[in-house]
Amino acid sequence: MVIQALAFYLFAALAVASGVMVISARNPVHSVLFLILAFFNAAGLFVLIGAEFLAMILVVVYVGAVAVLFLFVVMMLDINFAELREGFLQYLPIGALIGLILAAELILIFGTWIVAPDVGQALTAPILPPDQVTNTHALGRIIYTDYIYLFQASGLILLIAMIGAIVLTLRHRPGVRRQKIADQVSRRPEDVIEVRDVTTGSGV
Amino acid sequence: MVEFWWSYAWPTLWIVIQILFIVVPLLIVVAYLTYAERKVIGFMQLRMGPNVVGPFGLLQPFADALKLMTKELIIPTGANRVVFLIAPMLTFVLAMIGWAVIPVADGWVLSDINVGILYLFAISSLGVYGIIMAGWASNSKYPFLGALRSAAQMVSYEVSIGFVIITVLLAVGSLNLSDIVLAQQDVWFFIPLFPMFIVFVISALAETNRAPFDLPEAEAELVTGYNVEYSAMAFALFFLGEYANMVMMSGMTVILFLGGWLPPLDIAILNWVPGIVWFALKVSAMLFVFLWVRATLPRYRYDQLMRLGWKVFLPASLLWVVVTAGAIVVFDWYPGIVN
Amino acid sequence: MEELLLEYLPILIFLGLAVGLSGLMVMASVVVGARKPDPEKNSAYECGFDAFDDARMKFDVRFYLVAILFIIFDLEVAFLFPWAITLSDIGVFGFWSMIVFLGILTVGFVYEWRKGALEWE
Repeated sequence: MVIQALAFYLFAALAVASGVMVISARNPVHSVLFLILAFFNAAGLFVLIGAEFLAMILVVVYVGAVAVLFLFVVMMLDINFAELREGFLQYLPIGALIGLILAAELILIFGTWIVAPDVGQALTAPILPPDQVTNTHALGRIIYTDYIYLFQASGLILLIAMIGAIVLTLRHRPGVRRQKIADQVSRRPEDVIEVRDVTTGSGV
Repeated sequence: MVEFWWSYAWPTLWIVIQILFIVVPLLIVVAYLTYAERKVIGFMQLRMGPNVVGPFGLLQPFADALKLMTKELIIPTGANRVVFLIAPMLTFVLAMIGWAVIPVADGWVLSDINVGILYLFAISSLGVYGIIMAGWASNSKYPFLGALRSAAQMVSYEVSIGFVIITVLLAVGSLNLSDIVLAQQDVWFFIPLFPMFIVFVISALAETNRAPFDLPEAEAELVTGYNVEYSAMAFALFFLGEYANMVMMSGMTVILFLGGWLPPLDIAILNWVPGIVWFALKVSAMLFVFLWVRATLPRYRYDQLMRLGWKVFLPASLLWVVVTAGAIVVFDWYPGIVN
Repeated sequence: MEELLLEYLPILIFLGLAVGLSGLMVMASVVVGARKPDPEKNSAYECGFDAFDDARMKFDVRFYLVAILFIIFDLEVAFLFPWAITLSDIGVFGFWSMIVFLGILTVGFVYEWRKGALEWE
């Protein structure tokens, strides 16, 4: 138990610290690297509550794919951070006001929160403990059957993301010659090579 | 005091001892893999590999290590120091911690987590970072471009590796690596899933930036690799990390397709040979294939390489997922592990 | 729950040891190796010439596209993981539900292929 508590405080503190460093680091690449650290700590927190599949998927998708995308973009764009930072003090009062409004909204919502009556029942009728059903099996049993509409909706979102990315970024350079592998492979020597008999001394 | 020892200190010490049992042999294997590569490729090219340092050149890796340790660690001007030094450390660390979940024999695994194969997939996804960070931190055009191309290549073959893992999981029913090995007691998966075995081995070659997919780094030939600005131990860490990655990929192939620690036939004589010996033999065979391919095949051009990953392997492995799942559902061949 | 978490502890310890070991190796070179910086040695390598211009290249959008396509397919694989191991529990209905999902993404893949997003790189 002690180790669990220690691990929790460690991961939580590092996650918060990296979060703060993301927005306050000077160099944008350092920002992304701190973001990656925050993701790792979030994955550690997920493991602590038993959601191991989610922790691993967080690492695979967020750290392994999304953060790579961020890094590609940040490294290739020449972002001048000093310029971006210049107008900070001007906007501080408005920013603080909006922050206060959001905080007030959150407090309002939490204050008047009504828990649905059958949540209590759902909590006391739990899924089987981890030594009988692993986390991944428990997820797999319900995603594709009980939550099929959400699942298909996520598929559609991914499709839209694919199409959107292509529509926005694909530019074809004119006049690029590409390999046509089928043509290359179906070439026959009879069509291409010609063997000629030449007497020594005379040209072709 | 005694309570503290038995419930906290001793288990931690035991874990550390187990880790040393993994790390030390792994480092020796990686060091001698560099030697083996030079010897094997040498013999395939009808020449002797290293044979001067020690008998049959066996002390060559130590000579290399000493040389690299005593060289000057040059950090180029304008390079981001911290990231420059973290990149090789990251590559090396990732290659090592992958071994925490690999079972080398029945029950001989450091960390028997339920999501073992997903952990390995995550480790290979993270391998991209060492390269990107190395290329960017060098503050030089060529390593940066080489790093980006290398990263794009690794990421493209990651997808087909994922789909191939799915086909294996369809036949197993669990993400745990020991379960994956035990599910191959009747037949090793490379026989029913042979096309996927081929796709996996080729994708593993591309994933580790090995020939014939090593255009972005091309070692001593094209100086456009991500590690061109590195010297001394930082370079050594990259080098070791790449070979350790190779060993890990071979380990993954053996577990997924070649039956892990299981003997080829379930007869008495072969069962007497310890599981770890079978595992070591199979990993060595896979590593030999890696070296053989390097000595034999010409290099792929970059656009051909990307075409292979996206237009050939991705559709093929996706199709095979559907075919395997369809066969399992239609013929009721559900795997035995029920949870 | 305890056993589950106890299995992850060795990974943390291994991580710490591995970082320590690689740190030691880099330190070994800093300590043992020579230290004679020199403007020629420290400049970026460009086949022997002085660097032509700034290290930043023009933004190449192909890398961005490859990364986005990778995210999409990685998410597809992430959805496939629990399905692959619970196929016996979800039966034919679960199978077809995933086939529809894969079909949707295959439509996207065919669109990419025809548009030429998979070319060049």
